[in-house]
Amino acid sequence: MAEEINIEEMKKAIGKPTGSSTIEIEKGMIKKFAESLEDPNPLWQDEEYAKKARFGGIVAPPGLLMAAMMLGERAPLPFAMPMARILDGGGEWEYFKPMRPGDVLTVASKLHDIREREGKMGKMLFMVTETTWTNQNNELVARALGTLINY
Amino acid sequence: MAKQVYYEDVEEGMEIPPLVKNPTTQQLVKWAGASGDYYQIHYDKDFALASGLPGVIVHGRLKSSFLAELLSDWVGEEGAVKKVSVQHRGMDFPGEQLTCKGKVTKKYVQDGEHIIELEIWTENPRGEKTAPGSAVVALPSRG
Repeated sequence: MAEEINIEEMKKAIGKPTGSSTIEIEKGMIKKFAESLEDPNPLWQDEEYAKKARFGGIVAPPGLLMAAMMLGERAPLPFAMPMARILDGGGEWEYFKPMRPGDVLTVASKLHDIREREGKMGKMLFMVTETTWTNQNNELVARALGTLINY
Repeated sequence: MAKQVYYEDVEEGMEIPPLVKNPTTQQLVKWAGASGDYYQIHYDKDFALASGLPGVIVHGRLKSSFLAELLSDWVGEEGAVKKVSVQHRGMDFPGEQLTCKGKVTKKYVQDGEHIIELEIWTENPRGEKTAPGSAVVALPSRG
């Protein structure tokens, strides 16, 4: 599978925005997400219960930002992945503000790091993407670093 | 919901109540639809086998979300999840029980917030940590 990988060329994309999009947080979206997780926490769905809690109303669970749809319609990286297979290496999510139904989040991404490694399955490319979510009040809601492995 | 946990109740080294999940292929399809991740290795067995995998595998992000659920359950209605970090080390398969666990590593007060740091992980039936990570949460204080 090993193709020519020009890592130096790819590194030129580090730090450059790859576009942004907006996503509206909706009650239905939160409900569908919580149901798929089989997470019965009333904070995500029960307005009366959530009113008395820390955030004073329904909020989205932190896991919502781990979902692919929350990355929005990102512009692709300015290079094609050189190998056929992709694995999700993991991620890091930091939460600064609650996400409430009706919030409109601007999602922006950029390549944070890229490195090459020889693994069990041959050559592997680790790509770390930084994503930020900002709400309609221009508050930073969350920031994530996600690692994709191309091999 | 369980009784609210407070900062003063927590000691370094203590384990938090585990969260047991039993992902099925049906749940993977539900998650694919809800999350928008339609990569076929998570529901199409032929595709997964052709990709060199032993079968359909659980989405890494679903496991990360299970860990976020574990934390949300623990911090309760007065707490907040501030940071979740997860590494996907091993594959998990539908039909196998997945237990999410956490252990307190540090507690301190910073900028008026009562912070707890934890080691978190998912564990398969063979006791292997398939998705280890760490977390930072805030808890209410009785003080």
